[in-house]
Amino acid sequence: MIQSGTRLKLVMLAAVLLSGCSIQPWVKPYERQNLADPITFFGRDPISDNYMHHVRQAREIARGAEGSAGGGCGCN
Amino acid sequence: MVVISKRQKALIFGGLVVSVSFFNQLFAAVLPEDRADILYHKFDGGGVVIDGPSILIRKSIKDTVSISANYYVDNVSSASIDVVTTASAYIEQRVEKSMSVEYLRDKTVLSINYGMSDENDYSARTASFNFTQDFFGDLTTISAGYSQGWDVVGKRDEPEFKFDASRKQYRFGLSQILTKNSLVGISWETISDAGFLNNPYRSVRYIDPTTAVGYSFQAELYPETRTSDALSVRGMYYLPYRAAIKAEARIFSDTWGVEAKNYEIGYTHPIGEEWILDFKIRHYEQTQADFYSDLYNRIDAQNFLARDKEMSAFSDDSVGLAVSYEHELLEWEAFDKFSINLSVDYIQFDYENFRDIRENTVVGQEPFYSFDATVTRLFFSIWY
Repeated sequence: MIQSGTRLKLVMLAAVLLSGCSIQPWVKPYERQNLADPITFFGRDPISDNYMHHVRQAREIARGAEGSAGGGCGCN
Repeated sequence: MVVISKRQKALIFGGLVVSVSFFNQLFAAVLPEDRADILYHKFDGGGVVIDGPSILIRKSIKDTVSISANYYVDNVSSASIDVVTTASAYIEQRVEKSMSVEYLRDKTVLSINYGMSDENDYSARTASFNFTQDFFGDLTTISAGYSQGWDVVGKRDEPEFKFDASRKQYRFGLSQILTKNSLVGISWETISDAGFLNNPYRSVRYIDPTTAVGYSFQAELYPETRTSDALSVRGMYYLPYRAAIKAEARIFSDTWGVEAKNYEIGYTHPIGEEWILDFKIRHYEQTQADFYSDLYNRIDAQNFLARDKEMSAFSDDSVGLAVSYEHELLEWEAFDKFSINLSVDYIQFDYENFRDIRENTVVGQEPFYSFDATVTRLFFSIWY
């Protein structure tokens, strides 16, 4: 049986988690023009970035988590 | 014959297939742009020249599906220190083909990839699945993926020599928009190999007083399993005068005892509306594998043996410069814009316990090996 103190903590935890689901974006979509600029992308050209991954993986034993390509605007 | 280890070759192929889709979406669940690229690449360093073309075409269907195809060729001409000291210089070609399909629904992107890589003594097949989802008003993006690879390792002039190797890759990424000018991302990837992981052409060196030079060679022997973990963090800041600074750091370890880390910082600077300059510097360093030695004290000195310089302790430093010219095609109906790009990287490799045995001196006292390389990419891209 759950004690009342524990139950209160669970309710509070649930409230915190639920409030997390309703977080308002602090950077509005119309404020993301800088992040949508291609110069901010981690690798604007996948064909070139994939090749550099290839060059490094052939000569360095470290592998994985090489992410570099991709845009930054976060807007569908 | 091969210029790099089989284990690395399989991973490179798998990594390329994966990176085309997974890391494109690391920072947002959106479909990539429709574009076609044709690239000429060249690596020149350490007695090795590798060049060839790569073609990447991507087209979307009804804004919900994007399909891409890549054709890539390596023409290898190798007289590296490995082949001039233990084998003969050689020329070979590797051809790689891959396809991916991405499906966008609301804030989710699902993608599948399949790729094939073939050469005279090695074939690899890789399939992967990736998932990307935006949260919290599209400020947060999570990504997860899995790949499976199946390789067949052969040996030139020995048709009965065939061994299997398999590979599993698990990855997770999270990116976060911090402000209207900055974002950060974190990536984690675990890769597990099983099967024939060493290079059938590579040898290890051991002391042999019965020979004139004082040493002999025997075939290397790696464990049949390996698991590695890598964790990377990257960030971007948009400067007030329309430029961007990017930084990246990664740590790595594996069950063969190697630990590695690398750091990179880049700066992107547009000039006017049509020119973009990119500058970057990078440092990488690693420790040696537990069973690596430049010179064993006798034949069959250990259960596992390696003298690949890639398994030794070393560091490399690189600088890169890229120039892009981009022009909008306002008067064209079928095309949006094109770009012409030239990127050159200079890399210096310094080995800490891999010796240059082309130098005749006391066995085990040869100078440590080092070399530099130039990596060039020239490519044309068009958006439609």
